[in-house]
Amino acid sequence: MSGTVTPPLLRMSDVHVRLSGSHILQGVDLTVRRGGVTALLGRNGAGKTTTVKAVLGLVPSTGTIEFTGSDGRNQRLSGRRTHEIVRHGIGYAPEDREVFGGLTVAENLTLAERRNSPHHHDRVYELFPELKQRSRQLAGTLSGGQQQMVAIARLLLNDNQLLLIDEPTKGLAPLLVAEVAEVLARAAEEVTILLVEQNLTVVRRMADDAIVVDQGRIAWSGPAPELMADADRTRELLGVATTGGHA
Amino acid sequence: MSTVVLLTITGLGLAALYFLVASGLSLIFGLMGVLNFAHGAFLTIGAYGTWWASDHLPGAGSTGWGFVLAVVFGVAVGTAVAALIELALIRPLYERHIEQVLVTVGLSLALVALVRATWGADPHPFPRPEWTQRTTSVLGANVPNDRFLLIGSAVVVLVAVLAFLRFTRFGLIIRAGVENRSMVTALGIDVRRAFTLVFAIGGAFAALAGALGGIYLGSISPGQGTSLLIFAFIVVVIGGMSSITGTAVAAVLVGLVQQFANYYAASGVGDLSVVLLLAAVLLARPSGLTARLA
Amino acid sequence: MNRISLRRLVPLVVFAVLAVLPYSTLQLPGLFDGVLNSPGTLQLLALCLIFGGVALSYDLLFGFTGLLSFGHALYFAAGTYAANLALTELGWGLGAALALTTAVGIVLPLLVGAVALRVSGIAFSMVTLATAQVGSIIVLQDPGGLTGGEEGLALDRDQVPDAFVGVLNTVNLYWLALAYLVLVYVVVTWVTGSRAGKVWQAIRENEGRVEVLGLQPYRFKLLVFVIAGLLAALGGITHLLLLGGSTPRTTTSDFTLGLLVMVVLGGAGSRWGAVVGGVLYTYLDSRLTDLANSPAVQDLPGWLRVPLSEPLFLLGTLFILVVFFVPGGIAGLVDRLRERRAGRRSGGGGPAPGRVVEQLREQVGAGLGGANPRDGV
Ligand SMILES: Nc1ncnc2c1ncn2[C@@H]1O[C@H](COP(=O)(O)OP(=O)(O)O)[C@@H](O)[C@H]1O
Ligand SMILES: [Mg+2]
Repeated sequence: MSGTVTPPLLRMSDVHVRLSGSHILQGVDLTVRRGGVTALLGRNGAGKTTTVKAVLGLVPSTGTIEFTGSDGRNQRLSGRRTHEIVRHGIGYAPEDREVFGGLTVAENLTLAERRNSPHHHDRVYELFPELKQRSRQLAGTLSGGQQQMVAIARLLLNDNQLLLIDEPTKGLAPLLVAEVAEVLARAAEEVTILLVEQNLTVVRRMADDAIVVDQGRIAWSGPAPELMADADRTRELLGVATTGGHA
Repeated sequence: MSTVVLLTITGLGLAALYFLVASGLSLIFGLMGVLNFAHGAFLTIGAYGTWWASDHLPGAGSTGWGFVLAVVFGVAVGTAVAALIELALIRPLYERHIEQVLVTVGLSLALVALVRATWGADPHPFPRPEWTQRTTSVLGANVPNDRFLLIGSAVVVLVAVLAFLRFTRFGLIIRAGVENRSMVTALGIDVRRAFTLVFAIGGAFAALAGALGGIYLGSISPGQGTSLLIFAFIVVVIGGMSSITGTAVAAVLVGLVQQFANYYAASGVGDLSVVLLLAAVLLARPSGLTARLA
Repeated sequence: MNRISLRRLVPLVVFAVLAVLPYSTLQLPGLFDGVLNSPGTLQLLALCLIFGGVALSYDLLFGFTGLLSFGHALYFAAGTYAANLALTELGWGLGAALALTTAVGIVLPLLVGAVALRVSGIAFSMVTLATAQVGSIIVLQDPGGLTGGEEGLALDRDQVPDAFVGVLNTVNLYWLALAYLVLVYVVVTWVTGSRAGKVWQAIRENEGRVEVLGLQPYRFKLLVFVIAGLLAALGGITHLLLLGGSTPRTTTSDFTLGLLVMVVLGGAGSRWGAVVGGVLYTYLDSRLTDLANSPAVQDLPGWLRVPLSEPLFLLGTLFILVVFFVPGGIAGLVDRLRERRAGRRSGGGGPAPGRVVEQLREQVGAGLGGANPRDGV
């Protein structure tokens, strides 16, 4: 036993997803190393969201998805049910936030309390004092930015090892984008984040590694600064200029 | 005046039956997306379970606490059958809604046929405790007491369900699941346990409706559940498909319309008016009266 | 000759066999009580053929277009009662009665469909269920003594051509039933192959896409609803002539559920599958009823006799087993066997016949204004 090579936190090999007759993911291979932020990039419709959902078992997939938590035990996630996958310490903030509009903010957080984890309501309310004031308000009546706070608060409420965050700054005003990025950067000090993000300013600021998806396959992976420094490649892979804000 | 009072209270009694059946249907539909055709069979099972227990179960009988025990037995059987069906036949078809509906269709045929095979197609007289056979005078109308029993039970059930949904963790999960099932599982919650629970709750209420319906009608027959089921479906749709309060309001509406039209127009007109009411509601507001649970 | 054109011949061969079947005096012990051309056997066979046709008319809605109607019984019952009233009450001739039935078979589904199709998914199913319930209530109320209530309405045979009256003429009724089935089969083959048929299939797979193409799904759904209703009404009049009366049993929701069972049993979205489902279901229903009343079953111990004495119990159980273990019903099963033998040679466009139920999953329940937007319930 060498003990020097730690396995990656998450590994997907040859993952395929088919949805209503379309072959959406066509053999995705990727690894997410422990610690820091890995950005998952790609054009609209490339398959980023589907990749994240495949990890969570929210879409049926074939291939292997493995997770090696801090206990060092290698867990096969593929074929497991979503709630079992999540209980390994994987938090998810979906693309459209998906907070429960008919529940209050406090109920949204109570629902997110996971049995096998301590619950850090204090931490959450310290990060988002606004949520504390609005705890009895129905989440459906919150603004988009506030709903995103609830979605992130759900992630930080429990002890997680990996956060899957899908376009957290989508549709937010610039000031809120900065605030969300700030909160995520703080969270990243303690937990690994796989971040789907179109806003390259945020990517440049936070990401250590980058993975680019194109048409259901991995088109590039490596250190994020390397990708960001290569304007031609960024334009080719993402269809945007690196200096741009929102894609 | 006394006719109006009698019709109103009788209509509310009928509404109570509809509510008991429809509340379970709407919980199941709201959370699981399954239209449960077997629900009428749960009602039949509750009615026959109560009837059987009042004769055979030691301690049970047709009056007083013995009758209560018989009803408890009928409800317990209905609950158990519903929970077992969910576990054995619905759960394996997780998220395959058409197949799940088809299975409940098969069950509705098979279970009612089994009851008919066992106890015959003819109606059996149902035990009616002394008190329910007497009347109480309300504003000059002599109202049979069984109406009050029906209404009281439905109100207790309504309050209990609302409290359960509002104040318990399972209730929270159910409310959230009705909104967005997959996000609930993404929070690490095994939503299938809530499925079994709503099936069991729905089965219990339907079985209770079976026992109360037996008292109200004075007899039970195998097909009773199925004919009530259609009106319960109508109540569910008018009530917004997955809303408990909406279901309660719709049940009252349907019960009253049916009673009054059947009395003042002609027998059968009430039933027809209810269908017209459904069509009107659907055309005016395709999502029913209310759109949210609780 | 290649395989494709050979397969096209199969329906013709089956038709030819069925047409000459009444000349056979074959004895099939166990399957039928009498020889093949005995009136009793022909009567049962004719019933099977009628329900093969009615099941196919239902499959047009459910299997081919993805409309889960719970009220198809209404049009069948309307056919038998309208024709019966025309013949027995009004004293019309058979031709006039047929014309009336046709009119009813067009107008009634047109009216109901115009309303019901304004909503989709489960709401549509509920509206059809409720309207069919109206039919059931009216028939049971026996307005003006016209429908005979629970007793049903016997047919006055004076108005019926002699060829269709009497035990000895059962063979003619058998041919009539066969003609009805052929009519339904031809019409369904024709309309599903037409442009409208393509649109129906598209509606089943993805209604939104049809709208994007600039077509109005509502009109196409109304069209298929009327065609299916008319075919069912014609089945009703055939049923009336065969049985010599109308029974309120044909108005009940159980009757529609029976049609659903037939179609799923045979294979939704497959023409021959639906026909086979209807034939098989009707045959089993009849034979199991005979079995239940036979001394062999009556003498069994209770735990065996009770379930065996109720055909619906056995059919309901069979149905559940098919849903679980034979997806796509009989047609799906045959399809898989054929695929295996052919070594999965052809990819083939479109869904395999009989596999429609799987395709429909994502659509059902999507009708109520998106109560569950993210689950696609
Ligand atoms: N349920 C579905 N059925 C069919 N196609 C889908 C489904 N969900 C997503 N897709 C398709 O899969 C592709 C990838 O989608 P997605 O993963 O959401 O892309 P991204 O998140 O990179 O924008 C898109 O072309 C989208 O249209
Ligand atoms: Mg996306």
